[in-house]
Amino acid sequence: MIRRRVVQALFASALALTCFTGAARAEALDDILSAKVIRIAVPTDYPPFGAIGADMQPQGLDIDMARLIGKELGVRTELVAVSSANRIPYLQSKKVDLVISTLGKNADREKVIDFSTAYAPFFMGVFGVKSAAVAKPEDLAGKTIGATRGALEEQELSKLAPADATIKRYDDNNATITAFVSGQIDIFASGNAVAAVIADRDAARAPELKFVMKNSPCFIGLNKDEPKLLAKVNEIIAKARADGESEKLSQTWLRAPLPPGF
Amino acid sequence: MIYKLQFADLLPYWDVLARGFVFTVALTVVSTMAGVLVGTLGACARTFGPRWLAGLLGAYVELIRNTPFLVQLFFVYFGLPAAGLKLTETQAAFIAMTINLGAYSTEIIRAGSEATPKGVIEAGVSLAMTRLQVLRHVVLKPAFQKVWPALASQIIIVMLGSSVVSQISAEDLTYAANFIQSRNFRAFESYFVVALAYLLLAVLTRAILRALGSRLFPKA
Repeated sequence: MIRRRVVQALFASALALTCFTGAARAEALDDILSAKVIRIAVPTDYPPFGAIGADMQPQGLDIDMARLIGKELGVRTELVAVSSANRIPYLQSKKVDLVISTLGKNADREKVIDFSTAYAPFFMGVFGVKSAAVAKPEDLAGKTIGATRGALEEQELSKLAPADATIKRYDDNNATITAFVSGQIDIFASGNAVAAVIADRDAARAPELKFVMKNSPCFIGLNKDEPKLLAKVNEIIAKARADGESEKLSQTWLRAPLPPGF
Repeated sequence: MIYKLQFADLLPYWDVLARGFVFTVALTVVSTMAGVLVGTLGACARTFGPRWLAGLLGAYVELIRNTPFLVQLFFVYFGLPAAGLKLTETQAAFIAMTINLGAYSTEIIRAGSEATPKGVIEAGVSLAMTRLQVLRHVVLKPAFQKVWPALASQIIIVMLGSSVVSQISAEDLTYAANFIQSRNFRAFESYFVVALAYLLLAVLTRAILRALGSRLFPKA
């Protein structure tokens, strides 16, 4: 008997909740502007996009982008730390208004959330010392390239590299980085984030992008059916690109200019 | 759930496995020869050489025997380029293994040569043998006879230890297993086959070394 009542109560409250959200259905942008705060999901475990700095504050490209959006909207930015596994659920359950967390676009994700235009480059590429004359996969002929065994970029490189290129496969990213920094290899394949880490650690051997193997830039994720918010976010991204703010972010965090065509 | 073994998935990679096998065998053979040579010279110098040399060799033996092989390997491959000495991963693997086996075999062979009673050496000298002849026939030969099984075990340990050279991208048997399972995700099958290959290699090495021992250093 009691159980039945509980079930009824649950149904009733669920119904009430639906009606309530239905009635209060407003554009997220209006809610943000009236609450004067935007909640943005950011990573804190993925430098240089998002990490906890020495001052225990989050820092990184995604963090700066989040703050930029808050500034442009004229509201306070509330950062919410998420992991890559829960960043989309956080958005879907409306715990955050935006996800700025190195989010790549794919068909599955597009079914559940909307994406802004790309705000930061994220790609797998072939990097090397300045003197290495490589501009396209064919130029790797006869050369030695390092990569982390089993990583996506190693598999991509194995497909792209000519038959007489030698691929040295290391156990993890750190071994690949060490092999490059110690001069064992002059060319390597990795994500641009790894290349940025090297540039950060050892400016003398800062790797230079030779060519992009696969591009998967970062997008800002937001809930579906929020046309005003989407338009506003896209406008802010376009403005950041036009006034050089995006270039500055790339230089600061990725230690490289925005790739051509971005 | 019962895991279904699919060894057929390894077939497309047989050449990677074969190359890894050959590499491991070649690396073991070459570094064993070099390592035992280092060990023999080291043992002689430690026992009969000048004091400073014996001390230096003692330090070398202790340094190598008390540090992990992987660290020694990384030092040669990643560390030495900072000092201007850049080695390929094959050279680095060979040098690290030689240095490692050299230290252990110095100790093993020294144990054998120190077991030679002083009187026997004096007997050799009194027979008008040269120093080199004494060293060869009176000291080293009986020493090798005594320590051959221990030396063979150490060689096999070094051979099995060579599996870590895949960490510096040398393409040995373990590299083959790592590579294959990163491509087809058949970890069980890959490592199973490679473990069998190591077992086979170890059994063969032991048999060959035993035959070699009874031929080179026959028990009188």
